[in-house]
Amino acid sequence: MDFLNGLIALANYVLIPATSYGAQLALGALGVTLVYGILRFSNFAHGDTMAFGTMITILFTWLFQSWGISLGPLPTALLALPLGIIGTALFVLGTDRVVYRFYRRAKAAPVILVIVSMGVMFVMNGLTRFIIGTGEQNFADGSRFLITAGKFKMATGMEEGLAVRTTQVITVVTAVIVVALLFWFLNKTRTGKSMRAFSDNEDLALLSGINPERVVMVTWIIVAGLATIAGVLYGLDKSFKPFTYFQLLLPIFASAVVGGLGNPLGAIGGGFIVAYSEVAVTYAWKKVLGYWLPSALVPDGLAQLMGTDYKYAVSFVILIIVLLFKPTGLFKGKSV
Amino acid sequence: MKKLLLASAAVALGASMGATGAMAKDVKMGIILGFTGPLESITPAMAASAEMAISEVNASGKFMDGDKIVPDRGDSTCIDATAATATAERLVTADHIAGIMGADCSGVTGAILQNVARPNGVVMISPSATSPALSTAPDDGLFFRTAPSDARQGQVMADVILAKGIKSVAVTYTNNDYGKGLADSFKAAYEKGGGKVTIVVPHEDGKADYSAEVGSMASAGGDMLVDVGYVDQGGKGIVQAALDSGAFSKFFFPDGMYGDTLLKTFGKQLDGSMGSVPGTDSPGAKDFLDLAKKAKPAFDGTSSYTGESYDAAALMMLAMQAAKSTDPKVYKDKIMDVANGPGEKIYPGQLGKGLELLSEGKKIDYVGATNVSLVGEGDAKGNFKIYDYKDGKRETLEYK
Repeated sequence: MDFLNGLIALANYVLIPATSYGAQLALGALGVTLVYGILRFSNFAHGDTMAFGTMITILFTWLFQSWGISLGPLPTALLALPLGIIGTALFVLGTDRVVYRFYRRAKAAPVILVIVSMGVMFVMNGLTRFIIGTGEQNFADGSRFLITAGKFKMATGMEEGLAVRTTQVITVVTAVIVVALLFWFLNKTRTGKSMRAFSDNEDLALLSGINPERVVMVTWIIVAGLATIAGVLYGLDKSFKPFTYFQLLLPIFASAVVGGLGNPLGAIGGGFIVAYSEVAVTYAWKKVLGYWLPSALVPDGLAQLMGTDYKYAVSFVILIIVLLFKPTGLFKGKSV
Repeated sequence: MKKLLLASAAVALGASMGATGAMAKDVKMGIILGFTGPLESITPAMAASAEMAISEVNASGKFMDGDKIVPDRGDSTCIDATAATATAERLVTADHIAGIMGADCSGVTGAILQNVARPNGVVMISPSATSPALSTAPDDGLFFRTAPSDARQGQVMADVILAKGIKSVAVTYTNNDYGKGLADSFKAAYEKGGGKVTIVVPHEDGKADYSAEVGSMASAGGDMLVDVGYVDQGGKGIVQAALDSGAFSKFFFPDGMYGDTLLKTFGKQLDGSMGSVPGTDSPGAKDFLDLAKKAKPAFDGTSSYTGESYDAAALMMLAMQAAKSTDPKVYKDKIMDVANGPGEKIYPGQLGKGLELLSEGKKIDYVGATNVSLVGEGDAKGNFKIYDYKDGKRETLEYK
């Protein structure tokens, strides 16, 4: 019984939050890694692409809500999501046409593209704030909980409660579906294969008749989709605020680099590694150990390895260690 | 052209000096606030409020022997101690001000106090510096403030929570000077009163996810979560995460967490939680709002620290009247008397009456807009409204 209580506490405070956070980071990192692999630059505008996509989705969500359309227990935002993706894709393609294409044709060095993407980042940043404002927006509707801590305690008679939010489940399920679709697309379809070919060797791909503009276009559409989905899931699970999305950029890049830039599998692994380490290393294990250890061995202190203020330091320490010993990341991406 | 300009400026200057010389004596009061810098959005209303008190006194014609008070504004910048010191130095040595209403931020206030006010023997009454360090800084009896020290709220919070019979709490604070200062003073007061703080966790603002912070606090335990944060920032995220995971169901919210956002988001889930916010049930507060609306120029009397600014300026002038002198070394000893009484209570809009009573040799107790009473070495006692949440509504419990 004590063992189960400890397990429930662990799940409630570490496993469930970290898994949904990890799924959100993984989706974000997938977008970064695709741009890096195929378009060959680090896209600093990704966090704000997420914010932009989420904003469009929120606007459509409000429209649907005013029409009285809802998905019952599921958030209405899921219905607005495809429209958000289309809007973001159009915007990103427009950015590519106006900005990136010029530098691509000029065969600009990757570092120049990185700086260009920062410029794009500031523009998107401003645009999002201009349209929806800097404040916090809550757009989650439907039922918030699958099971609340109180109900769980009543139903099972356990001492510890377990809360599962609807959005956490949606996050993980959506992430699994999206990742499966993406891998199927990259490995099985003709367009996906041409993208991988383009990524592996651009000149050879061009020689074998692959249309580079088409590859670039498809990549941007997929990236816009991934960014919007990641942003909306994050916003549903927590809340939407442009500044928060800007700050998400750091853990997302950490995830992509830890896993190996350019490797989709690495992005997913990296996302979960960063999420779990942020939560688990700074967790005070006193409660869980209190259930698991015989009372003589239970520590008096909090059994916390590091204060939660060092949460972000954790992912960067992992990043540095990985880069020192495996410069291409844990899953063998391209070297940075 | 340049010469012409200079000449006309000189003539204008001469004319204005001649004009002032012809009237009764002018007494200058320095109003040193951060008109540029982080507080630039609230300082205009603060200055307008202090100047409203000055014009009220001037209009009564009862100050000293019909002397007029002239406000003399200076920029404290709020953050640049060197610039603030230079401003104060100029006002004191060149303009010969009789006292300083200011400064606003704690850092520059301390700098002006040590570098200008003490060496020159000038009284300072700050309307908004809240750092606990200013209570113990050496001041030669020259420094007063009408805003309570942050340490005061920590004490009030501890008293309220202990009175509820809650003996063990977890504390989280927003990771800046305000959050840390208030969390520290609360912890000290609460532990002195016999309570136990299980854990103190800082949180960063602007993040969306606070499950790690809440996880640690849940592990440490406690009957209540003291959330020293901001209502539109991390403070709210902490409440969200704590309610979602079922870690805590009762919270205590200090002033930064006062706002309608919480009720709108969490509604009845907040039932049983409490909070404190600066506030008073003194009738002076309402009088002050009416005055602010009618003032010329009118300003928003609910804007931060406007009441304190009015009170700071009023206290200084009343103390001068009580001492029958505008010399800071003389009237500084009268400030506590005027603020604390006993005597006739003086509310905003009654400064003329206060001046008259004082000139007749009677005693007054200045209540003002913020129910002023000074404790210790000239710190505002401060007034806090204690409220709780019941049935999805905020209810005022008491004033402390």
